[in-house]
Amino acid sequence: MTWLLDNLELIGRLTGEHLRLSAIPIVLGFVLSIPLGWVAYRYRLTRGLILTLVGLLYTIPSLALFVLLPAIIGTPFLSEANVVIALTIYAVAIMSRSVADALGSVDPDVKQAATAIGYSSFRRFWAVDFPLAGPVVLAGLRVVAVSTVSLLTIGAAIGIDTLGYLFTNGYQRGIIVSVLTGVVVTVVIALVLDRVLVVIGRALMPWTRASRSSERSGVTRAFMTARRVREAVP
Amino acid sequence: MIEFRSIEKLFPDGTRAVDDFSLVIPSHKTTVFVGSSGCGKTTLLRMINRMVDATGGELLIDDENVASIEPVRLRRRIGYVMQNSGLLPHRTVIDNITTVPRLTGVPTKDARARALELMDTVGLDRAMAERYPAQLSGGQQQRVGVARGLAIDPNILLMDEPFGAVDPIVRAELQQELLRLQRELGKTVVFVTHDIDEAFLLGDQVVILEKGARIAQKGTPEEILANPASDFVASFIGADRGKRALSIRDVDGERVVVDGDGNLAGRLTEPGAA
Repeated sequence: MTWLLDNLELIGRLTGEHLRLSAIPIVLGFVLSIPLGWVAYRYRLTRGLILTLVGLLYTIPSLALFVLLPAIIGTPFLSEANVVIALTIYAVAIMSRSVADALGSVDPDVKQAATAIGYSSFRRFWAVDFPLAGPVVLAGLRVVAVSTVSLLTIGAAIGIDTLGYLFTNGYQRGIIVSVLTGVVVTVVIALVLDRVLVVIGRALMPWTRASRSSERSGVTRAFMTARRVREAVP
Repeated sequence: MIEFRSIEKLFPDGTRAVDDFSLVIPSHKTTVFVGSSGCGKTTLLRMINRMVDATGGELLIDDENVASIEPVRLRRRIGYVMQNSGLLPHRTVIDNITTVPRLTGVPTKDARARALELMDTVGLDRAMAERYPAQLSGGQQQRVGVARGLAIDPNILLMDEPFGAVDPIVRAELQQELLRLQRELGKTVVFVTHDIDEAFLLGDQVVILEKGARIAQKGTPEEILANPASDFVASFIGADRGKRALSIRDVDGERVVVDGDGNLAGRLTEPGAA
């Protein structure tokens, strides 16, 4: 207990860092996955190629990726960029498949109706296809958020300040409270972030409350997506 | 006026959906394409707003070849109403109705004012303006679809089996509403259905289509009923089974009219007596 009180400042600082470092890959992964997911959804040829490639990326162990990145792209060995880039790659791996599935889930009749009343294809994508894919996209983003928060703890192994520091340091010095605190705070951050995404989703997609069923299927799809990402790899 | 001149549609897989189809659709009248599924009637309809492009022939709207009009611009000036309403599920009723005006740059305030008037026109309570399509009945959704089709006050209104998915009572109601609307607005309506009774009820000109969009007969409902051009037409309109043959029966001193299936069609009254 004394350890906890003595280290409140450290815990607070690591929590802040952890939040900042998870937010970047989540946002970047989301933004990059929209064009990638669209290309995968739109063209049958690229679909297999892109989705297999991102699936393969997901299988690279994170620690290996942290260490390999400096060699590949020339970042300094201890730079936090390594962690951010690695986690963005994982986020893209999950998200681009999610976006492709989400776009495929939009009712073709609605898309055709939108074209028939005079939407150009660019406007239709942003005004019709993408919003209607929203519930499934959101489900994928929730998986990405939770997995990013948890994967980030490994960053401590290469000296990046994250909640993972409480694991490594606590383990080396035999302070169980430190390890437990790290686990609890990480889980709380993940849960809070998930909640925030759900609330944002509700605010942006008020129509889903008018027809509840679509949201439920969205969550189910996300779990299927996460599983398929792993299974897609030979 | 819409004019089909020797229109042909050959799909990439080799199916000839339309072969040498010519027809004049007069302005301010309702023309109904009727035929069994797969006869090409929807393909013909969709050629008018270039959802489908003909592979041969010319299609003119007021003497302008549609092939020379950019599809998005063309579609924004033609009303389109389809089966299952085709409403955007993530937009409220009023946003659905104002979709096309806003696409063409009409200020939101003006578009909304006009949309509320249109809701009155199609018989929708204004209180529904902020609801989502999923919160409406099938008949109400279809009314929103019609209001959306009319939002830009188009000369041409295309209707692709718009009442196909609602129950018979609501369908009859919507058909009557459309007749009333058409008396008030006088649009050039092109209507597709597989229901011959609906075609006879709504059409000023009825075009009965066989496979490959071949015209089996065209004319007013009266002309077709009086002189079916072929066995196919007679069978399609039910004349061969005597469905259209009415006879008079006495029931407790009242004279009623029954059709060939023995179903009651109406009551006979002396001219001027009713």
